[in-house]
Amino acid sequence: MAAVRVEEVLAAAEEQEAEKRRSVTVEKELELEFDLGNLLALDRNPPAAVELRGAGPRREALLRALARDNTQLLVARLWELPAERAGGAGGPLVARLPEPAFRLPREKPPPRPRPPTRWEQFARLKGIRRRKRTSLVWDEQAKEWRRRWGYRRAGGDPARAWLAEVPEGADPEEDQFARLRREKRERVARNELNRLRNLARAHRAGTAVPAAPLHPTGHQSREELGHVARVARVSTASLGRFQPRLPKEPVEPPSRSGGRKRRFEPLLGNLAAERSRQLELLRDMSSKKPVLDITRAVNKQLRQEEAEAAAAKGKKQSQRGKRGRRQQGAGGVSGGLGGPVPPSFAGTDR
Amino acid sequence: MRPLTEAETRAVFEKLGRYIGENIQLLVDRPDGTYCFRLHCDRVYYLSEKLLKVAASVPRDNLVSPGTCFGKFTKTQKFRLSVTALDFLAPYAKYKVWVKPGSEQSFLYGNHVLKSGLGRITENTAQYQGVVVYSMADVPLGFGVAAKSTQECRKVDPMAIVVFHQADVGEYVRNEDTLT
Repeated sequence: MAAVRVEEVLAAAEEQEAEKRRSVTVEKELELEFDLGNLLALDRNPPAAVELRGAGPRREALLRALARDNTQLLVARLWELPAERAGGAGGPLVARLPEPAFRLPREKPPPRPRPPTRWEQFARLKGIRRRKRTSLVWDEQAKEWRRRWGYRRAGGDPARAWLAEVPEGADPEEDQFARLRREKRERVARNELNRLRNLARAHRAGTAVPAAPLHPTGHQSREELGHVARVARVSTASLGRFQPRLPKEPVEPPSRSGGRKRRFEPLLGNLAAERSRQLELLRDMSSKKPVLDITRAVNKQLRQEEAEAAAAKGKKQSQRGKRGRRQQGAGGVSGGLGGPVPPSFAGTDR
Repeated sequence: MRPLTEAETRAVFEKLGRYIGENIQLLVDRPDGTYCFRLHCDRVYYLSEKLLKVAASVPRDNLVSPGTCFGKFTKTQKFRLSVTALDFLAPYAKYKVWVKPGSEQSFLYGNHVLKSGLGRITENTAQYQGVVVYSMADVPLGFGVAAKSTQECRKVDPMAIVVFHQADVGEYVRNEDTLT
């Protein structure tokens, strides 16, 4: 009786051990794809379709088990990251996540660029460019580098000067320091007013809805933008047929179908028309040929020179009474190339 | 079977023009009847109107070869001439190469023409010009592309390639099953 009990206990313990191991080790046919920066795991394994069909407790349980297993794998991966104790030996264990690789769409669309202010518009109209100026300038009196503007600026703050010049024609009794202060105040107030005006204009302009829906991923690639532009182009009632092109938009080749069904000429159509079309095509093709072919012209010149040299040599030979050499092949054909080099070519080595 | 589209016609004429130049007109506009080009199974056939009408009554699957096959379009829509077009290239060829009897066999086995096997060549043949290859008895053997211009041919050594092989009548034996 006691022996049976021991076996039972052992079996139960083994089962418990196996259960514990099962909860930690997960077997997957396909490895999961991890993106630890986003705490993301992608399971490409096909789920058991039969089990998932229809609502019920079995399906629920299966989904729960699947989620648990995958979470287990993800957490196991997280534990593999190098970790350290934050704030001494007793602190919490902290691991640094790698850079996220998966491009998640933004929750909100990226902020629109601020519309140009009145001054920027004016500057653009007039072609005024911002000049880069150094922020530090050499102050002769202080013998050191000082800021161009603001607190402790080079040359001293004119508002804090101990001496103010009375301009010509001004009232000698007027307080010049007070005038400078007042003018400065006015300038600041005007600048603030302009700033608020620009803000109001930007707010009004910002209410327009963007034309094409772009995924709010922050940075769009060139291909994405081009694709969206193409889609927007053909999204008209005429499939973009009458859509004017933008100034620098490239002319894209028409799609193979061109929006129409592919259609060929009839097999036994108008053969005379077909012939005249082909003749027209031939005329068109021959007219596109270059007038002067350099290689051919050079070859022609070379050939002429060789022929002249050969003729001169042949004449000399016949004058000396040697045997007459064979004439050059008639009908534009040169002969005897394979054999030993004919005497006419011996001296024309260039 | 269908007529060629404009782009296909252009591709065919451009390739034919390398061998026979403007003599394509003589193929298109023939005094002895109406001839046309038709596409069937990616192959281009040249056939008379009479034959076309007969061939039109044959189901597509059963039709093997209407007329003379000039070549075929590759999957990338390039046109390749086949040796069956030789009968129409040879009479109109502008640039010709004659092969010596000793190297005829080598050419007919699909090899390039070497300088040592070159019998004659048309004057002012440019480099890479399409040429028709003849035996010394003026029997057309095939066609190819001149690897050297006529001027250069005189100076190269005997083992240099003069004409690149493209097609020869030996293919009638070698590729009997695919030639249509």
